[in-house]
Amino acid sequence: MSTLLTLFSGIAIAAGVVFFLAGTVALLRFPDPLSRLHALTKADSLGLGLIVLGLLPWAGGWFAALKLILVWLLVLLAGATATQLIAERLRGEDPPP
Amino acid sequence: MTLLLDLILGLAVVGVAVWTLAVRENFPAVIGFVAYGLLLALVWVRLGAVDVALTEAALGAGATGVILLFAVVRLRGGRAEIDAATPGPRQRLAAGILCGVVGLALAVAVLSLPDPAPSQAAAVARHLPELGVANPITGVLMAYRGLDTLLEAVVLVFAVLAIWSMAPDRRWGAVPGPVFPVQSNGPLSLLARLLPPIGIVVGIYIAWVGADAPGGKFQGGTILAAMGILAWVAGLWRLPPVASRGLRWAVVAGPLAFIGVGLLGFVFADGFLSYPPAIAKPLILLIEAAMTLSVAAALVLMVAGPPEGRRA
Amino acid sequence: MIYGLVASALVALGLYGLVTQPALLRKVLAFNLLGGGVFLLFGVVAARGGDPVPQALVITGIVVAFAATALALVLVLRLFQITGAATIAEDETRR
Repeated sequence: MSTLLTLFSGIAIAAGVVFFLAGTVALLRFPDPLSRLHALTKADSLGLGLIVLGLLPWAGGWFAALKLILVWLLVLLAGATATQLIAERLRGEDPPP
Repeated sequence: MTLLLDLILGLAVVGVAVWTLAVRENFPAVIGFVAYGLLLALVWVRLGAVDVALTEAALGAGATGVILLFAVVRLRGGRAEIDAATPGPRQRLAAGILCGVVGLALAVAVLSLPDPAPSQAAAVARHLPELGVANPITGVLMAYRGLDTLLEAVVLVFAVLAIWSMAPDRRWGAVPGPVFPVQSNGPLSLLARLLPPIGIVVGIYIAWVGADAPGGKFQGGTILAAMGILAWVAGLWRLPPVASRGLRWAVVAGPLAFIGVGLLGFVFADGFLSYPPAIAKPLILLIEAAMTLSVAAALVLMVAGPPEGRRA
Repeated sequence: MIYGLVASALVALGLYGLVTQPALLRKVLAFNLLGGGVFLLFGVVAARGGDPVPQALVITGIVVAFAATALALVLVLRLFQITGAATIAEDETRR
């Protein structure tokens, strides 16, 4: 059971790290700000979600696990809003053709 | 493996610091500084100082970043003046050599620290049971070095007063800081409506668990202040005017509670700021609660700046 | 021990920025970099003995540093509003 759990956590965290890596590469390589934002939030939200998922079995109790999930939800909310704000400002400055 | 992690983290902190100094524009410099603060918070976690990491992330990176950004937006231009005042290469070289020597001397001092390290951990641990708190940091802040914490609380009040006194006479008594337009919809309005209920609970929780786990009045108060600032920037909450009595009481509540309890120590215990053992914990909780309120109020006011709105 | 060296480097960098950068806003930034280095140095020394006293003092320090930064920025802004100056360099015309 515990080997299975370790395997599950390992895969989830590794997948999360891959998403972070992809997001970072996109941030550096994508040509325009809007697509960079798009790639970054998507990668970070999902990547962090996978890492939290991988850590859940080791959180040591329901309360700690709930706190981990809450952290993820808060990051989702803050990240999505910040992206929206930046994107709105970008569109205001330079309307798309 | 952990050595590699420390090495990468250390290089990243120094790299971001260099970028913050070297970049030409103000805005990226501030963004670099916020990244520097967050990386520094990670370093504190690596050093096992979670309390410090929370404070650094919340205040050092977050709140300082916000006031720096406000300043960047208002300080426009001046490029020619700055270029004219930039010291020449020879002066810079001299300064660089001097600063390098300072850095090297510090590095040598760190590398030649005595072994084993002197520590007051045992002395603190001995007194913790009398205080009824399990987090040694909180124990130190409230009792062992209570006077320092009291003085710091007073420093916050003075800082707010000093900032207010920067206002022109005709603005005195008005609402501090700019007045933001009300955001009735859009993402900022959504965030400012959704986050504060959660943030207020989290802030109070962090202040509360400070007695037994990493957290405390400064970290909790900062989160409460952040919620207030969010609602203020979204135009959903008008800051009370500087002349408001409630606002002034909120700023001084913490230091007053601290001094009051401290003076009671003369009567009921061994002297100033010494707690009677039987009720040490409730007294510390009382001070912590009042301090959390005052820290939050003082931080919001420091971010807002001197009064500049119309007289309320 | 790595972080002791990092802290030394940060102090040197912050000091350099404080001395060489003419813009007041950047001086405040450099001052904060320097402060971060000093706190870290303090923390590294503290971590060796597992000592809670310096940690508590660093928390106090960070809060006071924030208050000082806020006051410094208000002063910088006020100077800018009144004189339009972004530096404290000698005025060219007066020299």
